[in-house]
Amino acid sequence: MKDVTFGQYYPRDSFVHRLDPRMKFLFLIAYIVAIFLATNFYGLAVCTAVLIAIIALARVPFGKVLRSIRGILVLLIFTALLNILFVDGETVYAQWWIFVITREGLLFAGLLSLRLVLLVLCSSMLTFTTTPVALTDGVESLLTPLKWIKLPVHALALVMSIALRMIPVLMDEVDRIKNAQRARGADLDRGGLMHKIRTTIPILVPLVLSALRRADELGDAMDARCYMGDKHRTKYKKLHFTWRDLLAFLVGAVLITGVVLLRIYLPAPF
Amino acid sequence: MKAIEFENVSFCYEESGAFSIRNLNFSVEQGEFVAVLGHNGSGKSTLARLSNGLLEPDEGTVSVFSRRITSKNLYEVRKDVGVVFQNPDNQTVATIVEDDVAFGAENIGLAREEIGRRIDFALRAVGMEAYRTATVARLSGGQKQRVAIAGVLALSPRVLILDESTAMLDPRGRREIVDVVTRLNKEKGITVLLITHFMEEALLADRAIVMNRGDIVMQGTPREIFARKEDLLTYNLSLPRISVICEKLRAGGMKIQDTLDVETLAKEIAACVS
Ligand SMILES: Nc1ncnc2c1ncn2[C@@H]1O[C@H](COP(=O)(O)OP(=O)(O)OP(=O)(O)O)[C@@H](O)[C@H]1O
Ligand SMILES: [Mg+2]
Repeated sequence: MKDVTFGQYYPRDSFVHRLDPRMKFLFLIAYIVAIFLATNFYGLAVCTAVLIAIIALARVPFGKVLRSIRGILVLLIFTALLNILFVDGETVYAQWWIFVITREGLLFAGLLSLRLVLLVLCSSMLTFTTTPVALTDGVESLLTPLKWIKLPVHALALVMSIALRMIPVLMDEVDRIKNAQRARGADLDRGGLMHKIRTTIPILVPLVLSALRRADELGDAMDARCYMGDKHRTKYKKLHFTWRDLLAFLVGAVLITGVVLLRIYLPAPF
Repeated sequence: MKAIEFENVSFCYEESGAFSIRNLNFSVEQGEFVAVLGHNGSGKSTLARLSNGLLEPDEGTVSVFSRRITSKNLYEVRKDVGVVFQNPDNQTVATIVEDDVAFGAENIGLAREEIGRRIDFALRAVGMEAYRTATVARLSGGQKQRVAIAGVLALSPRVLILDESTAMLDPRGRREIVDVVTRLNKEKGITVLLITHFMEEALLADRAIVMNRGDIVMQGTPREIFARKEDLLTYNLSLPRISVICEKLRAGGMKIQDTLDVETLAKEIAACVS
């Protein structure tokens, strides 16, 4: 089976794994805020140190975490290049036609890339250390206030968990359909962009049809297991805050305060 | 006591012109193990869906433990009658085994500790207790299907219906499921309705029924059913492999009695050869 890096839970019994998913969500938000409040490398260095500590605590292999950057690699290189080539500044290193390479441009590109990397790594740590069920329970619980405006929070959370659970199944299905098309003589592996787009349609249509059929069957299977929405439904896994969550909360609060202080007292990038 | 009882039941899907179940009368006793045979489109799945209120009959009544199924008691009926479907990938809701098994128990509003106990019980009953925290997607077909059975067992049903639940499995996976189901029937007294294309599986049942065009056309012990070879062929059913082997051996000039038991056949062959 294919390894789907996104949404892939990495089972371990660690401090981070045991945190309440709601706390992890809130921490992630705090972390992202901190990343964008940090205007210099000192602030980002603190953020990086915190992330490394989290990964070490969670005992997820660094290589596995780093691999989740692959998905944004193109975006990363593209934005870095744009910044390096177009940002104006005082200290000019090189100049050619409309391109300038400046000290400021380089620094800016460095800051931005580091932010993006930290953002992706920290988000993927959430899915590495939280089971999809805990994740959706967390979302459901955090969104509970929205039930007051009649938003079907329970249904939304369930949809999310089923979507996560179906990813590997549908990936396998894509492989199967592709092989079936190849067996009929379809040329899926060569050709330019237009050809690629054209060949997607005969894959997409059967995929959607089969997903609908699956959804139908899944609905029956859920009905057969007495599913009636969240009416008198209980939860096997209760979420509760513990001292760990308090600690995570404090780390998040200290992180944001620290970054803000660094921003005020050390305005320069270095 | 009758676990499931159909009285003059007819059913027609909205989109199709013809009746999928015609004036069917049929019942299953509590604790019985019944195999349902029939070629494609003979109405087996429709029968299963009518038995736990996933479909409502157009005419006649379906009762479960003497309660007529109505839209008001669907919940109670489904607690009593669990259905396992064909494709294991399309009936698991959660990514982790124990979360999926918990789903049904959560739906009926059980307390946390009770759900934990039900998961223990259900996973042990299907021999999957070692996989409690495993990822469903990584399991073999047979294991996935055993998890699906556990998910239904967590509701402690009194009747278990398997709608071609072995059809997508390899021989080994099929064996696993059949063993689990036979054990549940013998040890826990759960009534079993096994819908299958595999004649060998039907041999394990107390009673076999054959469906054709929405009606029951043959009924009896598996031995009685498989003795009526011509009838089976008219309903587009094959014979169990062992019957085919007996036939071939006889055609080849060996004096062999019809049997459905491998040991007996082996002895007969030995006797013939020596
Ligand atoms: N959702 C549906 N809509 C319309 N007609 C249907 C539907 N499902 C089944 N039918 C029709 O009802 C009849 C009985 O179908 P059913 O699925 O019960 O057969 P089956 O014995 O389970 O067949 P199989 O061995 O293929 O699973 C068939 O003629 C089929 O075409
Ligand atoms: Mg069927």
